[in-house]
Amino acid sequence: MSSSTATRRSPTAPPQSFIWTRRIALTLITLFTLLPVYVMLSSSMKSLADVSGKFSWIPHEITFRPYVDIWTTIPLARYFMNSLIVAGTASIASVVVAVFAAYAVSRYRFRGKRVFTVTVLATQMFPGILFLLPLFLIFVNIGNSTGIALYGSRGGLILTYLTFSLPFSIWMLIGYFDSIPKDLDEAAMVDGCGPLGALFRVVVPAAIPGIVAVAMYAFMTAWGEVLFASVMTNDTTRTLAVGLQGYSTLNDVSWNQIMAASLVVSVPVVAGFLLLQRYLVAGLTAGAVK
Amino acid sequence: MTSTVTPSKVPPAAGDDVLKSGGVRGRFPRIPDRIRRGGLPYLLLLPALILELLIHIIPMLMGIVMSFRGLTQFFIRNWNAAPWNGLHNYDIAVDFNAPIGKALLHSFYVTCGFTVLAVGFSWLIGTAAAVLMQENFRGRGLLRTVFLIPYALPAYAAIITWVFMFQHDNGLVNHVLHDQLGVTDKASFWLIGDNSFYALVVVAVWKSWPFAFLMVMAALQNIPRELYEAASIDGAGIWQQIRRITLPSLRSVNQVLVLVLFLWTFNDFNTPYVLFGKSAPESADLISIHIYQSSFVTWNFGSGAAMSVLLLLFLLVVTAVYLFFTSRGRKSADV
Repeated sequence: MSSSTATRRSPTAPPQSFIWTRRIALTLITLFTLLPVYVMLSSSMKSLADVSGKFSWIPHEITFRPYVDIWTTIPLARYFMNSLIVAGTASIASVVVAVFAAYAVSRYRFRGKRVFTVTVLATQMFPGILFLLPLFLIFVNIGNSTGIALYGSRGGLILTYLTFSLPFSIWMLIGYFDSIPKDLDEAAMVDGCGPLGALFRVVVPAAIPGIVAVAMYAFMTAWGEVLFASVMTNDTTRTLAVGLQGYSTLNDVSWNQIMAASLVVSVPVVAGFLLLQRYLVAGLTAGAVK
Repeated sequence: MTSTVTPSKVPPAAGDDVLKSGGVRGRFPRIPDRIRRGGLPYLLLLPALILELLIHIIPMLMGIVMSFRGLTQFFIRNWNAAPWNGLHNYDIAVDFNAPIGKALLHSFYVTCGFTVLAVGFSWLIGTAAAVLMQENFRGRGLLRTVFLIPYALPAYAAIITWVFMFQHDNGLVNHVLHDQLGVTDKASFWLIGDNSFYALVVVAVWKSWPFAFLMVMAALQNIPRELYEAASIDGAGIWQQIRRITLPSLRSVNQVLVLVLFLWTFNDFNTPYVLFGKSAPESADLISIHIYQSSFVTWNFGSGAAMSVLLLLFLLVVTAVYLFFTSRGRKSADV
């Protein structure tokens, strides 16, 4: 983060005891953190025989076959597409809805404001399992009575995921919008913009980092969700979260392909996260630290 | 989706008109202004409200209604036909002498133990890493990026890697513990039997400590430098500074952090589901997977809903008590 120098505390060098504690502790934590990443990477380049036998730290021979095979063993491309459509749509929609809501909370005083913010945050603590069952039944019954297929469709999953990231997105954006001086949008309104004009011409451009971070957060949430994906999808709409289980059959588990596929599906979100981590970290923590 | 967004696009035109015509004072004295001021925030909130209602609030209320009904697989198509049976579902869930209640209670205990360990270690590792990295040193930026990887990885991709590592014959854990270090006499099973509890804790800690790290790191940036400067002028060494300045300053972030970690860990579904599949071993039978199983495997939604309501009540009570005590403690400390 940009303030890395600001946290420096004293010009005097820390004592050896501190430096060694730091070295040892951080080394251990790094090993713990990277162990699965290393296993994922190295095993994805092993042959099936290698990965089925005793574990080896270094592949006996390096092969990129798993990266070719993953696409034919299961319809990975289709799952990938499904996840992309679901997570992409959910995150864009979530951002739009959150921008409006956060603008209302940040710029207006109105009755029920506190009830709204508290309720929205409180939904975060509900166990997913509590509304999984009713939501499942609502979707099935809407389908039966109106013919709108929400259960088993991408639409149902998009609606669900969009709501999952909404509370956090609204919360983060309120913080961002609060930090943009009100004088700016008042000036825009004097210049003839309506409130929404001020929102889109002044507040949104000034909050772009926050908005990008929120979109990334919503995308990650949707991309990694397992519980609802396992219940709400069928063969054609299956997302990666559930689809990856297809690599293990009863008598044969292609661990090398599972690792390769895990790596492939992780790359988009990890890369996006690491690129945007500055904004995301600031936004994630802004509300809680205040 | 688009249909829910459009309503909020109505006000701009109206708002614009009001502003423009507002130049001619007194023509539309109060009312348009009041609508603009009073109605606009609600219109802006409308999409969010509808979605929250549809996906969170209504299903939750329905869940509470369902918990009073005998909703089994025969009534899926027309669940209004399911008979009311009062508190029957609850009676069964809390009858700790009968198999169902006993299993639920066991699952509750397991979840409590799991939560205490996972939250404790996540908090400890996260805080230690953040405090040790407060001061700049070479490689600090890179290390921070590395530490965020478990947070960024999709849960199932990361957990499935742990499943591979915990395999009996070809996993890394047995290879290291048995073949290389000789800690265990023979290769152990990690995903079935009693060991699965520890496997679960390790994976949960691995997944959630970076969040603690993030939060503590952000909180540390708000501590004024002057405090440290003054302390070091007074001759306080770095360890004393950490103990007297850094750790006490983390009080308020800890209040939120521990609560959030608690709620996430207690409700955790992803970790046991990907680690063990649909039926978790008894020693790692977390409450969320337990309810999932009693609903979707046995198709008894009424009973599953009753258990979910009990879970929600428990979480509400714990949260309320926690906030009550921590807020009071904080106030008296501030004074």
